[in-house]
Amino acid sequence: MIEHRPWLVWLSHGVLLLGVLIVAFPIWIAFVASTHAASDLASGVTPLLPGGYLFENYARALGSGHEASGAVPVSLMMWNSLVMALAIAIGKIAISLLSAYAIVYFRFPFRMLCFWTIFVTLMLPVEVRILPTFEVVADLGLLNSYAGLSVPLIASATATFLFRQFFLTVPDELVEAARIDGAGPLRFFKDVLLPLSRTNIAALFVILFIYGWNQYLWPLLITTDESFYTIVMGIQRMVTVADAEPQWPLIMATTMLAMIPPVFVVVAMQRLFVKGLVETEK
Amino acid sequence: MAEIGFSQVKKRYGGTQVIHGIDMQISDGEFIVIVGPSGCGKSTLLRMVAGLEAISEGEISIGGQVVNDLEPKDRNIALVFQNYALYPHMSVYDNMAYGLKIAKLSRPEIEERVQQAAKMLELAHLLERKPRQLSGGQRQRVAMGRAIVRDPGTFLFDEPLSNLDAKLRVQMRLEIKQLQRSLGTTSLYVTHDQVEAMTLADRLIVMNAGVAEQIDTPMAIYDRPASRFVAGFIGSPAMNFLAGRVGEGGRELRLEQGMPLRSGSLNLGNLAGQPVTVGVRPEHLQVVAEEDAEMHLQVRLVETLGADSLAHGHLVPAEEQPNGTPEDILTLRLPGVARIAEGDRLPLRAAEESLHLFDRESGWRLADV
Amino acid sequence: MEKRVVFRHAWLPYLLLLPQLAITLIFFIWPASQALYQSVLRQDPFGLRTSFVGLENFARLLRDPLYLDSFQVTIVFSIAVTALSMGLALLLAIMADRVIKGATSYKTLLIWPYAVAPAVAGVLWWFIFNPTIGILSYGLSLVGYDWNHALDGGDALTLVIIASAWKQISYNFLFFLAGLQAIPKSLIEAAAIDGAGPGRRFWTIIFPLLSPTTFFLLVVNVVYAFFDTFGVIHATTNGGPGQATTILVYKVFSDGFIGLNLGSSAAQSVVLMLIVIALTVVQFRYVERRVQY
Repeated sequence: MIEHRPWLVWLSHGVLLLGVLIVAFPIWIAFVASTHAASDLASGVTPLLPGGYLFENYARALGSGHEASGAVPVSLMMWNSLVMALAIAIGKIAISLLSAYAIVYFRFPFRMLCFWTIFVTLMLPVEVRILPTFEVVADLGLLNSYAGLSVPLIASATATFLFRQFFLTVPDELVEAARIDGAGPLRFFKDVLLPLSRTNIAALFVILFIYGWNQYLWPLLITTDESFYTIVMGIQRMVTVADAEPQWPLIMATTMLAMIPPVFVVVAMQRLFVKGLVETEK
Repeated sequence: MAEIGFSQVKKRYGGTQVIHGIDMQISDGEFIVIVGPSGCGKSTLLRMVAGLEAISEGEISIGGQVVNDLEPKDRNIALVFQNYALYPHMSVYDNMAYGLKIAKLSRPEIEERVQQAAKMLELAHLLERKPRQLSGGQRQRVAMGRAIVRDPGTFLFDEPLSNLDAKLRVQMRLEIKQLQRSLGTTSLYVTHDQVEAMTLADRLIVMNAGVAEQIDTPMAIYDRPASRFVAGFIGSPAMNFLAGRVGEGGRELRLEQGMPLRSGSLNLGNLAGQPVTVGVRPEHLQVVAEEDAEMHLQVRLVETLGADSLAHGHLVPAEEQPNGTPEDILTLRLPGVARIAEGDRLPLRAAEESLHLFDRESGWRLADV
Repeated sequence: MEKRVVFRHAWLPYLLLLPQLAITLIFFIWPASQALYQSVLRQDPFGLRTSFVGLENFARLLRDPLYLDSFQVTIVFSIAVTALSMGLALLLAIMADRVIKGATSYKTLLIWPYAVAPAVAGVLWWFIFNPTIGILSYGLSLVGYDWNHALDGGDALTLVIIASAWKQISYNFLFFLAGLQAIPKSLIEAAAIDGAGPGRRFWTIIFPLLSPTTFFLLVVNVVYAFFDTFGVIHATTNGGPGQATTILVYKVFSDGFIGLNLGSSAAQSVVLMLIVIALTVVQFRYVERRVQY
């Protein structure tokens, strides 16, 4: 910076540290709570330092689960979340790549109609049309299934739009060179376009994985069978029961476990994550 | 064998016609350069040969076979792009081998062809690199290599050197010429650079606004340009154009500024009384003694280039001109370092047979005097 | 923008589009049109007869004090969430832009709440503010404030606002920081040479140049507060106490799935769709403007 005033730098660091603390505070409390025995928390205030029940609590959460809320082991819920998140992320990327490819590299009747049909979905978040969507899924017999959890969320105008934008920046000469080399449409897609899209696919994957993992309303609606509960909605089930018999350490251990995979993805793939975030909002 | 034939080839985009009927025969092994300003349709013509643009009307044949409806890969051609169009994620080797793999050549055969081309282009040590790790000149060579390994009947070049710096351009120009000589492959080369055109071509096509104004050898085009456009486009510095008029009886030619040229000795009876544009190249004007002068140059600016010098200025009118008459601008080229200064008034004469007469309206060539 | 060269193929493009179109039609277009259709119908209380009522459902909504109340809650909620998260994020981004050492570490430490699900964020803060064992409610009681979000509507609304804003800080921070780093340093140096101090430089140079980012984030945050915060509310306050935290999205859900008032829920869906479409149009217009900058 331009000024040479050390106190300004110290102030900046101070504010930033404070920000980091505020951001981290709830997580610390959750972590601390997850390491105490239930009786420690039943009365009085949450302690500020970790207790000695870390392994016990997490082992119990992962293993047997919270009996009062139907005893679904957290490991099963995490598995369901993982399946759902992967299915949504991979599914969205796959169908968006294909449809963006069709729209950018082909001319065919009703092309613009297809384009707009897809893009209308950009305007219709699942929350505003939950009831009729639920009915459709129920009619198709997809309640309590992995397909029901993921397929309705797979159509995404955002991803299609992103790939369309990217494809438009790919030089025309590459298609021409490929045609002269004798590559047909599918060969060009596989040999040239897909490898060129690698970074975009990875960046989008990070964003979509988090999107899928964090789904809440949708799994809440279409799963009544505990074996299909995802972890984010499972916490809510525990909390509802917790009013009667608060199992805070267990709930907080579950909360921590619900956060670890997406947070790990964000931190480990920070560069791709930032890229994905900026690109999807363009 | 790859003769290329054009027969009334036209191109329309919607209602706009961009190519107005090209007719030409290219023999096997010929190096043809299509030259013209941007937007004249030269790249479109090349891309029609390549199969990247549909042919609106007429026929293009390669090796005796009409190719209008053939896919690019079936035309036995290779195209070198202006921006090289190398696949960025593939190594140099894979870039060159890609077309051969699709054509299902055997692995040893691919290996042999790529290695041979790489050797020819001095790329052997770069085969494992990605295009982004190469310099501009190296990328250019890879693009050439990709064309060579296909062993095509025809090379197509779309302004392949315009992304290189001046020095590299001269060097690559020579290499392309030598390569074409040694391979003997029919080549069609598009450029807007007239020096490239003159040095590379066996025959030149000068295009303007979708029309092939002249198709001939470089020297024929330089010596006898078919139109005012061709005359101005080929040759550097550009030809001078002066407004003139053929006298009654066709015996004399007079500039509109008053001076008579070549008086008495002419035989232009068919053009008697016609307004013409008189073209004369800067290198064909000579400084002469005052009494031999046909015209005078009022020098405004002198550029000394070392090997030669350019004097820019305007024609001195023979008589008083009404205000607002445009001045005829004139450039003179002299060998070596000329002792000329700004403000000089030079007596000039055009060399024998160096005056070109063009129709003032249509621009087409009328005569040389 | 269109490609100059395209492939020609009779059926391949349709095949490529098929999965996307099928899912869009089955799970987006069809349900949305159902919502439109149901919004002009009414079922009798036993669900036996359905009759066409025109715009009556919408008229009822606008007369319904509970719905208007929910509208008001939504507006207060979105303004508070947007202002709180954007304000804090901007402050942190400015500071992170100032420090040279450790800027990347701060970035890493600040961005991860993006990955926390809204429902989880809600539960975290709900626990911290728990009236009996929560550490912040304990702190508040020390200064004489008796916090109870189960009974006090204001406390409940504050809770969901804090939880929602907390999660959104990292997103805003990233975009603000990117916006700040895109401002040419030479401009700021020029202003400094002209004698402008840090505060003046911020308001006269940096803030105006940041306004495209700010406007963009404004729209994104309003959309977030309107729709993505469902989890925060559902996992914690359930819209209560009373109606204190019932935002529009929550009301669509509760009237439809709990109240089973299909006509009203559908009409509310239609209203929400109109809001989303309006916001999307604003966003698109803005995106186009930004291209010209």
